[in-house]
Amino acid sequence: MSDKNSLEKLRKEKTLWEETKLRKILEKHPERFEKFYTNSNIEVEPVYTELNVQDLDYLNDLGFPGEYPYTRGVQPNMYRGKLWTMRQYAGFGTAEESNQRYKFLLSQGQSGLSVAFDLPTQIGYDSDHPLSRGEVGKVGVAIDSLKDMEILFDGIPLDKVSTSMTINAPASVLLSMYIAVAEKQGVAPDKLSGTIQNDILKEYVARGTYIFPPSPSMRLITNIFEFCSKNMPKWNTISISGYHIREAGATAVQEVAFTLADGIAYVEAAINAGLSVDEFAPRLSFFFNAHNDLLEEVAKFRAARRLWAKIMKERFYAKDPRSMMLRFHTQTGGSTLTAQQPDNNIIRVTIQALAAVLGGTQSLHTNSRDEALALPSEDSVRIALRTQQIIAYESGVTETVDPLAGSYYIEYLTNTIEQKAREYIDKIDKLGGAVKAIEKGFMQQEIQDSAYRYQMEIESGRRIVVGVNKFQIEEEPPKGLLKVDPEVGRTQEIKLKELKSSRDNLAVREALKELHSQAKTDANLMPVILKCVKCYCTLGEICDTLRKVFGEYKASITI
Amino acid sequence: MDTIEAVLNGNKRSIAKLITLIEEKSHDAKEILKKIYTHTGKARIIGITGAPGSGKSSLVDKLAKILRSKNKKIGIIAVDPTSPFTGGAILGDRIRMQDLALDEGVFIRSMGTRGALGGLSKACYDAAKVLDASGMDYILIETVGVGQSEIDIAKLADIVLLVMVPGMGDDVQAIKAGIMEIGDIFVINKSDKDGADRLVTEIETALGLCFEKKELKPPVIKTIATEGYGIEELVETIDVLWEYLTKKDYLKIKRTNRIRQEIIGLLTESVLNNIMTTYSEKIEFLVEKAVKRQIDPYSAAEIIIKEKSL
Amino acid sequence: MEDTKKIRVLIAKPGLDGHDRGAKVIARALRDSGMEVIYTGLRQTPEQIVETAIQEDVNVIGLSILSGAHNFLLPKVIQLLKEKNAEDILVISGGVIPEEDILGLKEAGIAEVFTPGTPTSEIIDFIKTHVK
Ligand SMILES: Nc1nc2c(ncn2[C@@H]2O[C@H](COP(=O)(O)OP(=O)(O)O)[C@@H](O)[C@H]2O)c(=O)[nH]1
Ligand SMILES: [Mg+2]
Repeated sequence: MSDKNSLEKLRKEKTLWEETKLRKILEKHPERFEKFYTNSNIEVEPVYTELNVQDLDYLNDLGFPGEYPYTRGVQPNMYRGKLWTMRQYAGFGTAEESNQRYKFLLSQGQSGLSVAFDLPTQIGYDSDHPLSRGEVGKVGVAIDSLKDMEILFDGIPLDKVSTSMTINAPASVLLSMYIAVAEKQGVAPDKLSGTIQNDILKEYVARGTYIFPPSPSMRLITNIFEFCSKNMPKWNTISISGYHIREAGATAVQEVAFTLADGIAYVEAAINAGLSVDEFAPRLSFFFNAHNDLLEEVAKFRAARRLWAKIMKERFYAKDPRSMMLRFHTQTGGSTLTAQQPDNNIIRVTIQALAAVLGGTQSLHTNSRDEALALPSEDSVRIALRTQQIIAYESGVTETVDPLAGSYYIEYLTNTIEQKAREYIDKIDKLGGAVKAIEKGFMQQEIQDSAYRYQMEIESGRRIVVGVNKFQIEEEPPKGLLKVDPEVGRTQEIKLKELKSSRDNLAVREALKELHSQAKTDANLMPVILKCVKCYCTLGEICDTLRKVFGEYKASITI
Repeated sequence: MDTIEAVLNGNKRSIAKLITLIEEKSHDAKEILKKIYTHTGKARIIGITGAPGSGKSSLVDKLAKILRSKNKKIGIIAVDPTSPFTGGAILGDRIRMQDLALDEGVFIRSMGTRGALGGLSKACYDAAKVLDASGMDYILIETVGVGQSEIDIAKLADIVLLVMVPGMGDDVQAIKAGIMEIGDIFVINKSDKDGADRLVTEIETALGLCFEKKELKPPVIKTIATEGYGIEELVETIDVLWEYLTKKDYLKIKRTNRIRQEIIGLLTESVLNNIMTTYSEKIEFLVEKAVKRQIDPYSAAEIIIKEKSL
Repeated sequence: MEDTKKIRVLIAKPGLDGHDRGAKVIARALRDSGMEVIYTGLRQTPEQIVETAIQEDVNVIGLSILSGAHNFLLPKVIQLLKEKNAEDILVISGGVIPEEDILGLKEAGIAEVFTPGTPTSEIIDFIKTHVK
């Protein structure tokens, strides 16, 4: 950046300042802590100068927005053109109830839908499965068959909204249902835009809603990549997720490292399945967490963008610039919300959302203040959405691109996070890649160590969580929390019974048989799953058929 | 006594409670063990040992499932190390066996090594007796193969499965550490990984050297525990070996040795305890003297022995 | 002689949710306080939990649940324990459980419900004072 002489002068001046000004003050008043750390345990100095980023080369390391290595953002003018997509994750109870919530959100100015499914759906069980007892409709909407999906999107024009679906192990089934609903509305697959999460690796690492073992799971994922590259050019085929990895206790560095390592595994799987990198890589998208350490988080997003661009270019020889662009959705950190003094969560979410915007997110979900207690109420959801709108329309941070670039501290953190993440990725490569590392429990162990350390820091008082281990008050239990109707399970069971007596069961059997035999070959399973879905095979029937061929995954614990 | 009858009838809660008493070294436990002893000796005790992560728990799970399909009753003891610093332990083997949790014919117990540094505790031996008396046909004991526990399992079990994994340098280590003698059957698990066949050859060669003069060389079986591959063959091998061991009286010799060792162990413990409590002051006095080099340790011990026999 | 009595705790996740950060942090903290922790992992049915608790003869069952299915799953565990005459086992629970449900769960027989933010030391103390 600057010439040698001026750096030398700066170094001298800094030493002088440290030994005189700074020392004097320290002798009088010791600092609050002996050492300072970011939220993710990167040591922080009292002040940053050009000395901390002296090797930074603007054109190589930052570049202009919309240009390699995309440190400053993936579009040339970012939010001056179009704001990020405000997308609140929602869904609960029956398809009917969720459909109402979606219409409410769209009427409030939300620009895209984000569908939450209940746990039985996420694990491929119908609502009448014994393991579904008590879970139906709880953390999301219950979908048993195409019938439910038709109700879920009733009156919502699928060529007008973009829909994100948080679904992983059975992603191929739910995507097929979405295609089938659109078809009934007269919308062709190539007109559909949206995202399926479809990221099984982080399920093994952090979230736990897996069904099949890694290799058939990776096959289903590459089947989707291939199918979408031919039929659904506007669809994001995967959302490679660091969000849940962070929620499980990872640091910012681990979040970047493990997410990108998973990303590398998906790219390799697709290439091994015969796809060329620029065929599918432009449709890869990412999903990150936003925590409270504002500046570290901004740096994290920038570091992730730069590192991914380099990986795609240098490791996979991508040619299409879109293959190198890390586009991401952000959700504010659920694990940072406290059950104590829930209104404080509004402030936490504001800081986190600001980090996401300053970090150049493409879409954003802001958590509601009561999420540590229950499903969010309509009031809380509105405040969460308003938080985004205030940042977008009142804060001014949207008017220029990557406004924090050039800050010594931000650039230093960006470099540090990138470098430490790269070290992790090298280690994972040595273990044989992400899938092997997960099977060995490597990532899980690292994350648990971080989670345990974090908890112990809170308990020792080294880390303060306002309202939890400091500034506590006596509180009345909160009121007006949303409750899911406990009858949802029953309703779904009745609907299932009706479905099974009214559909063409012969066609169902035939379709499942075909699925069974194709699963044993290495055919792309999307067409036959679509066929199953269209003749109203249930999600559970389809997944059970695949379970028979693929087996089920058992987690290896690492504590 | 209620407990005895309930244990003999296979009542799970009573079995579980009795094992807890054993672990707590309660006097009652000893009295009950005396009474149920005549009912032991029927179960086949199979030890499964190998490095952490080699797939022992997965193998136990699959073995139990096959044996269950033959209508055998299975007792499982899964031993994990106790932290020497805190005395706590995380016992996580069960996670691979939870499909069996509701099976009437299966009893699973996780145990920490507790006092037995590195090895198997006396409680583990006694817990096996309880399961034996309760009517189990097979008792599968999983222990991590590090140091002493491998030697211990060879004493406790009728048949020891030594689990190895390709590509972990297990082969070389095993041969070096001289643990080849411990395994009655060698299980090459994770044989879906590269190098399984090479490991089989290497082990067979090594066994050829060790067992030159003996008539039965330990069999080497390839398995993939996660997929159930090779488990049927493993069960068959166990049964064939069992027949052989019985016919040749090897089993009797093994068990006689085990019981002899147990009695000697109990004697040692009790005599030692007796001495330690009666002569604790005297011993301390002699220790002091030995520290000052006023007496040698040999003579010090002899003084105590003499006093004892007076 | 060393203290031969040891508190044994079963840590399990009933239901389908896969968020085991809390369960694992607790398991580790309990281990570090000298307890024996039997960890059975995800997706455990109430039946499996109770049968495991009996065979392992634990003093405490700790159930972590974040899916909202607590009102069904937790009372079911208590009911099964009663059927097996094992209601002497202390059952505690943690997770996202609204205040208004806690009273009902305690009436059903859950000894204590620890919501997010509870220090592990508080849970350890609770276990140590309530296990005899
Ligand atoms: N690829 C492969 N993995 C296995 C096999 N057997 C066990 N595993 C995995 O190895 C890990 C450790 O298994 P576990 O049974 O807990 O091993 P233990 O520590 O020896 O009891 C788990 O992730 C298992 O899924 C096998 O035959 N092949
Ligand atoms: Mg094990």
